[in-house]
Amino acid sequence: MRQAGATVESLRRRERGDGTRPPHPLLPLTVRGLGFWAGERWILKDVSFHLPDATRTVILGPNGAGKSVLLRLCHGLLRPGTGTISWGGLTPQNAASGQALVAQRPVLLRRSVKGNILHALKVRHLPRAQRAERVRATLALAGLEHLKDRPARTLSGGEQQRVTLARAWALRPNVLMLDEPTSSLDPGATRGVEELIRAVDAAGTKIIMTTHDISQGRRLANDVLFLHQGRLIEHAPAGEFFAAPSAPAAAQFIRGELPF
Amino acid sequence: MNDFSDAFWAALRLLADLDPDLLEIVALSLSVSLSATGIAALIGLPLGAAVALIRFPGRRAITIFLNAMMGLPPVVVGLVVYMMLSRAGPLGELGLLFTPTAMVIAQCILITPIVAALTRQTVSDLNEEYEEHLRSLGADTTQRIATLLWDGRFRLLTAVLAGFGRAVAEVGAVLIVGGNIQHSTRVMTTTIALETSKGNLAFALGLGLVLVTVAASVNATVTVITDAASRRYG
Ligand SMILES: Nc1ncnc2c1ncn2[C@@H]1O[C@H](COP(=O)(O)OP(=O)(O)OP(=O)(O)O)[C@@H](O)[C@H]1O
Ligand SMILES: [Mg+2]
Repeated sequence: MRQAGATVESLRRRERGDGTRPPHPLLPLTVRGLGFWAGERWILKDVSFHLPDATRTVILGPNGAGKSVLLRLCHGLLRPGTGTISWGGLTPQNAASGQALVAQRPVLLRRSVKGNILHALKVRHLPRAQRAERVRATLALAGLEHLKDRPARTLSGGEQQRVTLARAWALRPNVLMLDEPTSSLDPGATRGVEELIRAVDAAGTKIIMTTHDISQGRRLANDVLFLHQGRLIEHAPAGEFFAAPSAPAAAQFIRGELPF
Repeated sequence: MNDFSDAFWAALRLLADLDPDLLEIVALSLSVSLSATGIAALIGLPLGAAVALIRFPGRRAITIFLNAMMGLPPVVVGLVVYMMLSRAGPLGELGLLFTPTAMVIAQCILITPIVAALTRQTVSDLNEEYEEHLRSLGADTTQRIATLLWDGRFRLLTAVLAGFGRAVAEVGAVLIVGGNIQHSTRVMTTTIALETSKGNLAFALGLGLVLVTVAASVNATVTVITDAASRRYG
C-alpha cells in the first residue's frame, strides 16, 4: 500500500469545496436491542448504538466478544435474533450493495489477483468499459501491481489480506467494514493499510473496523465501541475512551489485563 | 509361460499392423463410451450443481440416492436396460436392443450418478467456502452458479473423466444390451472376454493393452490436472 499517501488528494475530490461532506446515503446507522442467538446461548445481547457520521468507528473487545458477528449482522450476512438495524432507513440486506466487507479470514477465488478484483466488479455490475481502469487504479493504490497475475490463493497470508482489502475498496463502497484488516501484516504493510483507511475515510466513506491492536485503535478511531461477552459495554469518542474508559472491563482491556 | 510370450508378441504384431478388426473394436468402444460420457456430463453437471445449491424438499434423499447409485453393478444396469428395450419391454418398439445406442444408454445410466455425485460434492464444498463472500457482493443465482462452476472447473473435469474411465472399462452392461455381435456391438471389454474363452489370447491381449493404455491415460490425466490446478490455484 506504498502509494496510498500519494492518492489521498485524488480521493479527496468527493469532499465539497467548503470542506463539508455531502450527506451519506446509508447513515445514520441505528442499532436497537440487537441480539443474536446461536444454538444455546446469546452471542450478542441487547446491543444498541447510533452512528450518525461518516467517521472511523473502531470496535474493540477480547476474542469471542462478538465483534465479527456484529459486523456480519450489520452487513446482512446474519439475521438478528432480536432488535433492528437501520442504515439510513434501509435494512442491512438492502444496504449491502453500497457496502463492502473485508472478512477476518480472507476468501479468495481460485483466480489471479486481478481476476478476483474483476469478478467482484462484474458481480456488482460496474460497466465493462470502466473495469480495466478501476482494476489498474486499485492495484496501484494497494501496491499490488507486481502480484496482479499471481493466483491469489498462493500468496502469503499478509498479501492475501491486502488483496481482499483492495478488492473491497475497488467496489468504492459508501461503507467499508474491516474485520481485523492488519492481523497478519508486517509493520510496513500495516502502516500502508492504515494510510489507505485514512484515504478511504477522507473520500467520505464510513469506516467500521475491528482490531486487537490498541495502538492502532488509538491511531485510527474517531469513536470506539467496546464489546465484552456479547454486550456493548461502552460507546465513546476515542479520546475519552483511551484516556479514561468508564467501564472497568474496558480499562482492564486497554492495560492488557483482561483475563479470559 | 511360452504360450503367454507367444501371445504377447502376436498381440504387439496386431497393434503394430493396425489390424482392422482390432481397430474397429477400439473405435466402437471409444465412440460408445465417449457418447455416454458426453450425455452423462450434460445431465450430471447441472443436476449435481442444482442438488448442491438449490434447497428443495427431498434434496438430502437425492444426495443419498446419487451416492448409492455410484456403486451400481453394471450387470444389473444391463439387465434393467435389457428389460426396457426387449421386444416385450416398454421401449421395445424402438428396436434398440443389440445396437450401439443401447450400449450408450446403459453406460450413461451407469455413469451419470458418478458425474452428478462428484459434481454435487465439488460444488457444495466450494459453495461453503465462497457463500459469504458471494452474498456480501450481492451475487444473484446465475452469478453464483457461474462462479462456482468456473472455479471448480478442474475438479469437474476430473469428475467427467472418472465417468469415462468407468464406462470404457465396464463389461457387464454392454455385454447384455449389446449382445457382443461381430462388426456391430463388440467393444474392447466384451471382445476380451469372448476371445479369451475361445483361446485367442493374442487378440485378447492386444485389446487388453489398448484398454490398459486408455484407462491409465485417463487416470494419469486426472492426476496431472489435479496437481496442476492445486499448484496454480491453491
Ligand atoms: N454462526 C455461529 N454459530 C454459533 N456460534 C457462533 C457463530 N458465529 C460466532 N459464534 C460464536 O460467537 C462468539 C463471538 O464470535 P465472534 O467471531 O464475533 O468473536 P470476535 O469478537 O470476532 O472474536 P475474535 O477477536 O477472536 O475475532 C464466539 O464464541 C463464537 O464461537
Ligand atoms: Mg472476529
